[in-house]
Amino acid sequence: MTNNPQIVNILVVGVGGQGVMTASEVLCEAAILQGFDAKKTEMAGMSQRGGVVSSHVRFGPKIYSPEIARGEADVLVAFEAAEAMRWCHYLRPNGVAMVNRLRLEPPIVSLGLYPYPHHPVEDIRKNNVRVYDFDGTAIALELGDKRLVNTVMMGAISENLPFAPEVLKERIVERFRAKKPALAELNAQAFDRGRAAAC
Amino acid sequence: MNPKLLTPPAAGSRLLMSGNEAVARAVWESGARVAAAYPGTPSTEILENLAFYPDLYAEWSVNEKVSLEVAIGASLAGARGFCAMKHVGLNVASDALMTLTLTGVVGGLVIAVADDVGFSSSQNEQDSRYWGRFGHLPVLEPSDSQEAYAMTLEAFTISETYNTPVILRMTTRINHVKCLMTVGERKPHRVADSFTKDPRRWVMVPGNAQHHVPKMLARDKALAAATANSPLNRFEPGSDARLGFITSGAAYMHVREAFPNAPILKLGFSHPLPIDLVRELAGKVEKLVVAEETEPLVETEIKAHGIAVHGKDLLPAHGELSPTVLRKGLAPLLGQTTEAEAAPSISPQTGQRAALDVFPRPPTMCPACPHMGVFYTLSQLRNVNIAGDIGCYTLGAGHPWKSLDTCISMGAAMGVALGMDKARGPGDEDKKIVAVIGDSTFLHMGMQGLLDIAYNRGNVTVLLLDNRTVGMTGGQENPGSGRNLHGAPTPRVDFPKLVEALGIAPDRIHVVDPYQLPVLFKTLRQETKTPGPSVIITNQPCVLTDYYKVLTPYEVDEPLCTGCGNCVEVGCPAIHVTRREKAIKPSGKEVELAFARIDTVACTGCDLCEKTCAPKAIRHVPTSRAPVKTVGLVDVSGE
Repeated sequence: MTNNPQIVNILVVGVGGQGVMTASEVLCEAAILQGFDAKKTEMAGMSQRGGVVSSHVRFGPKIYSPEIARGEADVLVAFEAAEAMRWCHYLRPNGVAMVNRLRLEPPIVSLGLYPYPHHPVEDIRKNNVRVYDFDGTAIALELGDKRLVNTVMMGAISENLPFAPEVLKERIVERFRAKKPALAELNAQAFDRGRAAAC
Repeated sequence: MNPKLLTPPAAGSRLLMSGNEAVARAVWESGARVAAAYPGTPSTEILENLAFYPDLYAEWSVNEKVSLEVAIGASLAGARGFCAMKHVGLNVASDALMTLTLTGVVGGLVIAVADDVGFSSSQNEQDSRYWGRFGHLPVLEPSDSQEAYAMTLEAFTISETYNTPVILRMTTRINHVKCLMTVGERKPHRVADSFTKDPRRWVMVPGNAQHHVPKMLARDKALAAATANSPLNRFEPGSDARLGFITSGAAYMHVREAFPNAPILKLGFSHPLPIDLVRELAGKVEKLVVAEETEPLVETEIKAHGIAVHGKDLLPAHGELSPTVLRKGLAPLLGQTTEAEAAPSISPQTGQRAALDVFPRPPTMCPACPHMGVFYTLSQLRNVNIAGDIGCYTLGAGHPWKSLDTCISMGAAMGVALGMDKARGPGDEDKKIVAVIGDSTFLHMGMQGLLDIAYNRGNVTVLLLDNRTVGMTGGQENPGSGRNLHGAPTPRVDFPKLVEALGIAPDRIHVVDPYQLPVLFKTLRQETKTPGPSVIITNQPCVLTDYYKVLTPYEVDEPLCTGCGNCVEVGCPAIHVTRREKAIKPSGKEVELAFARIDTVACTGCDLCEKTCAPKAIRHVPTSRAPVKTVGLVDVSGE
């Protein structure tokens, strides 16, 4: 790849049903509001839920290919710990991983066919990756709703974008104002908590 | 899906749209009156989006052939017609297509075909551009959402100008990629006020049809002239003339990314191939490369004209291209070593990061999915061959059930099961033959196969899994759900009556609740033992539909759990193992015990696992502690 410094590559990964695609869409929208060209693409397997989901977000002055190549991601946002392991080699040398420590064990692990890694975050760190890990689910539950974990994740990466964290926060809060106004304030708090967790 | 219509964003709006959303918008703007499709990844969202537009009729058809025929009817009535399908859908619709190319059209007719390059959700990977060659049809290939929008509009114009259906060939990386684009204005459009009776044109008996062949061949010539001058085919100059590219679709974007300074012939109106433009580019560059996904169609045509060109000698003939794949594959043409190209950004000091070893995470069935009851039961049945079909239930082939033995094409379970029955060798003499098919797949293409089983007295037991939705593509309506594309009520197919009408004896038709494992097992054993055809219909809805009612979740009373692992064999993603132990049975046999825990947030109380638990260690969570329900693992922020 061209490794164009003007282009930002964010890889959002998780498990089907976690809200990966919505998260990457919000990122795209925020980038567009800042005047960037943006593209988003994903690979989501054949079933609706439970499989590996990876969503590529790219923005900059002009975007051609929607895909982030191995070794080119600036930020990895992982909604689940083992998924962070699966994708961490996509990061560029100084890239950063934001990892929710949540462990989702699929049936294939419950059946004893494969082990779930004991210390995914440590394995990633040993692989020469700068990691910020936190229990996004615990933060969300503390605020009163497990679903807030997505906004916590967005807060966590907000310091690593080429625009002010408030831009992303405003975009998220705006979506809630339009659809579920009662949850707007709570999401603003979730964003701030995520932002603090990744510092 | 809400029956309500939305006010489409105003002309001139800049929007983040997927290729599917872009095509839907363009179909609406074109003034088309009729749009039809059967759901199929990656094309499904085109019709889902069209459902919200006013001023046109949109439907889920029972299969792709019918959707094309509906679009043909609209065209003959003087209006613009549209249909969308995935690549394998056009195989089904091809019977209509190959005669439609002879009759031509009245109102513009556009077929959007989505190729699943890279196998994200399909049983094969075929190149729909062949249909352009096979059917003498123009093929347009957009490279992003803006082009998908513009080319859909242009396709209607080409269709009416040249009296031909037009193929808009998309791929997953066009259908599902979202990018920024600008939309326009809707203009009402009608070619004729009524259908004009003209048997020589519309009644394709041999005496009439043969007169259309010379017209079709003349149209080929006119289309070739059109592609030579179309603004959809353009040169993009470049300062580095070592390699010149001929490319289209998603591959174009990868070429621009990987070789920003190379001259490019960008094909948007790619068939008939504008060979003079190719020749022109060949004269300007040192080496010519065709970057096309899957089959070497353009490459073969160029070579047939005696022009030297690289393509599949260096690039893969299956799977997606990408900037990395292009750089790596074409490195020898530039005298580079492939190692340096594979990871150009990793500095020698840092070293390339390892891809860490992580368990695979194949798609799973959802907690409480009624299919789990079916496959758990099938996994308990001995001596059985199970012909399967296409849907979420294809996952029954995987762990822990391993109870689905074939998957070929939509509806194939019926015919495959019958053929297995009729061809029994000595090894299969005592085998039971079961066919498994979902409601929507059955209505799409399975009914005919069941008719064949009934008609020819096959010894086959058909499991018809009626979950009232097209599950795998995201829960679309179908004639078995009793609701149309807009969610409005419509007659629901009566499956027991239908299979009886096809010739299955009434006493061999059973409707069974798949959560009632003993009943299902007993029915299945009895029917597979009895000669002649039978049908077992399971009647519980997909857990992701609003028909499904969430019940009180279960938990494991851990001191009572004996670690037998039976509940884990249900395959439910809400069941986890907390610890494993080795134990010696009284017989002296060593067994591994697996002690279970239920994720009470994910559990919706279907009780399948409870039925497998002999020591009664699985019990309802007391109401006082029952968790608040959210849909799926974690709900989606902002939705």
